[in-house]
Amino acid sequence: MPARAAAAGPRVAFPIERFQLGNGLRVVVSPDHAAPVVMVAVYYDVGFRSEPEGRTGFAHLFEHLMFEGSVHLEKLQHGRLVQGNGGEFNGSTAEDYTNYFEILPSGALELGLFLEADRMLGVRLDEETLANQIAVVKEEIRVNVLNRPYGGFPWIHLPPVLFRTYNNAHNGYGSFVDLEAATLDDAAGFFERYYAPANAVLAVAGDADPDRVQQLVERHFGAIPARPVPPRPDWWEPLPEEERRSVHVDPLAPAPAVAVGYRVPDPIDAMDEYVPTVVLAHLLAAGEASRLHQRLVKRDQVATHVSGSVSLFDSPFEVRDPTMLSLVAIHHEPVEVGAILAAADDEVVAAAERVEADELERVVNSMSSSYLRRIDNRMYRGLTCAVLEQQRGQAELLDELPARWAEVTPDQVSAAAERWLATPSRAVLEWRPASRP
Amino acid sequence: MSAESDAGPPVTVPAVAPSRRPRLPRVHDVVQDNGLRVLAVRRPGVPRAEMRLRVPLVRQGPADDGTRTRLLAETLLSGTPARSSFALAQDLQRLGADVMASADVETLVVSGSTLSATLGPFLGLVAEAVATATFPADEVLVERQRVAQELRIALSQPGTIAHHALVSRLYGRHPYGLPMPSPDKVSGTGPARLRRFHAERVAARGSTLVMVGDFDPARAVARVEEAFGAWLPGSPPVRLPAPGPPRRGPVLIVDRPGSVQGSIRLGGPAVDRSDPAYPTLAAATAVFGGYFASRLWANLRERRGYTYSPSAGVSQRPSASNLVVGADVATEVVGPALLETRYELGRMAESLVEGAELGEAVRYLSGGLALSWQTQAGLASQLSTLSAFGLGIDFLRDMPQALGRVSADDVLQAARRWLAPRQLTTVIVGQAEAIRAQVEALDDVEMAG
Repeated sequence: MPARAAAAGPRVAFPIERFQLGNGLRVVVSPDHAAPVVMVAVYYDVGFRSEPEGRTGFAHLFEHLMFEGSVHLEKLQHGRLVQGNGGEFNGSTAEDYTNYFEILPSGALELGLFLEADRMLGVRLDEETLANQIAVVKEEIRVNVLNRPYGGFPWIHLPPVLFRTYNNAHNGYGSFVDLEAATLDDAAGFFERYYAPANAVLAVAGDADPDRVQQLVERHFGAIPARPVPPRPDWWEPLPEEERRSVHVDPLAPAPAVAVGYRVPDPIDAMDEYVPTVVLAHLLAAGEASRLHQRLVKRDQVATHVSGSVSLFDSPFEVRDPTMLSLVAIHHEPVEVGAILAAADDEVVAAAERVEADELERVVNSMSSSYLRRIDNRMYRGLTCAVLEQQRGQAELLDELPARWAEVTPDQVSAAAERWLATPSRAVLEWRPASRP
Repeated sequence: MSAESDAGPPVTVPAVAPSRRPRLPRVHDVVQDNGLRVLAVRRPGVPRAEMRLRVPLVRQGPADDGTRTRLLAETLLSGTPARSSFALAQDLQRLGADVMASADVETLVVSGSTLSATLGPFLGLVAEAVATATFPADEVLVERQRVAQELRIALSQPGTIAHHALVSRLYGRHPYGLPMPSPDKVSGTGPARLRRFHAERVAARGSTLVMVGDFDPARAVARVEEAFGAWLPGSPPVRLPAPGPPRRGPVLIVDRPGSVQGSIRLGGPAVDRSDPAYPTLAAATAVFGGYFASRLWANLRERRGYTYSPSAGVSQRPSASNLVVGADVATEVVGPALLETRYELGRMAESLVEGAELGEAVRYLSGGLALSWQTQAGLASQLSTLSAFGLGIDFLRDMPQALGRVSADDVLQAARRWLAPRQLTTVIVGQAEAIRAQVEALDDVEMAG
């Protein structure tokens, strides 16, 4: 038999330093000089859960606008300065954050900080730019959702089945009607409210000296005026009292699919209870060795694809309460959803009854190893530091997450299955090809 | 917005300091007795190791049409004399390892990674699957149904349909003209044919195994020898014949009922990274449409809002390469978007690049190359890809220098040779009738099917 990985799990030790500016901006730095590459990221504590009713998709639209010119930079200049100096940039909008980041040759560190500071100071907007980016976002939605099979499955369509409140349930990409209704006043108000320095975390990872970073951050961000941080609402809502179901017809899909969503503990305040649900999702449905793959794909031969994760984008430590564990299967045509669900329920009950120590160790080894692979990339390392600092004040979890997973016991995983999955309190989304009667 | 009013005095954009050049790591390069070439590089960072194994599949006998190669890759881990598929999956998971196999008509690529502490056992499992896979009948029957459905799903994606139409135009009956096998042929391929194909084609001679990670390279090479030493050399690989010249033809429209966009693709012949002219082609392609500040992005996206993510690049394969330009646009602007795309291509071929755009494009390409190998996984993939084109790690140092020598006149010559709109073939996937009238105003049209 192959040797086992050390029981304590693989360890890394990326240093973390932090400081805060007078205007409230929090900063974390994780230096590593092995390659002449540095990344800069800013996380704003606003995601699509925060956008107002009648403005679905606004947080993401606003992310686009942040690339269209800032106080001292014209449209297109941001991208040219990053890429034209050998770097790469992007931004993304999730449930609870909007982030902006660039990875650059280390000689461009100050440039990266200047670029982020300039748009934290203010964005330039006019009607033409707003109309242009509304059109671009509509094409993004067409290419990623409307023009492809399984578009938005399940991240757009499962939340409205599991959740009842607007903030948790609505489509974060937004409706075309709401996007077209967006105004410059909306943008100004959104920026004023959510893009305050004290509502952001800045991270620098890679080939940079922390003292030099502090000096440059003070130079470029120090003069940005402080503004109040908006209160962060509690999005919690009651769990479903019974199973909720919905059917979505997808004329482009060649095969039916199903997604099941379950509530989970608070990712931050109840982390000790939450971590076992994350491990459980892997044990049930991540990879070929997982229980549901073996059951549905290999044994029963009813499904061709199985996956499972916690949070909408499989980022369980980048989300606040409430979130969900989802199990997903694409299945063969005459197979009834009921047969898939019954088999999945069997496996949940089996996991609630017993999880073997050996199986758990395998799953955790695999999770830790994949995680280390991801943070070998300075870009993901910086992004992970920033969001852990923003949501938890614990950038150090960057190194500690594998140890947290390794502490989980078989009984805790079984208890998680019993408490959160062996229950009718869940959402079922059936995804049907149009050809199906 | 309010912020504009307090913009204050003009600010100087900070200058970029020269960055250290990344140091090329040393590559341990060994050929085993059975012909397997092993490249090993120490790259500390995280306590892990990355592996890429390329196995040429074109050897004695006719080239496959992609059916057996695809199914071979999908079932390579479905059993060995010592282990079932489930046991293999469990054992890999226990090590903290992952393995994935993929294949086109000419190459099987087995990619994987593991923790440094489990490198030896990991290589043992990979070698066991690669050299002794048994293709158990019950496993193959399940997997071929799964693969057939995956292919049907892939073939329902507009991007895949457009890719098929484009390479069919460019490569005709050459194996490159059919990028994916038909689901029905996959469903009809049995374990006996796979076993025979595996025995004949999955062999050490001509194969290259790259290892990058936090380990001692000499010991890693020794571990590869232990694991793969018994793998049979097999017959020598041969190259696919080069395809004939592409047929440009009228604009090909492929109907996809229910589409809300037209997926536009233009393509034509190109050269790969081993060609001395490649840096000029890469620079011209980048200026045209390779990144955010490029002409195609500025026009189609940032000026007109026609598309989210236009693209331009060179698809490189050992026997032939092609340029590919793409944009997915709302159905009602397919005609205007094609017109603007051809305008920007024509502008590249008719006039010199201006101002800062060449320097920016060159720095973008050089920087992107440096970023690509800052990780263990990125360096392993780069070395493996380079090996397929007869190149080594020096490319990572030489390419930026070659890019730095590209002149505006070189870009014009490259654009005339490879980007000129009249030599590119055009395919569009979408609602055919709605697209046809728009495109007929610009060019001849052929309806597919």
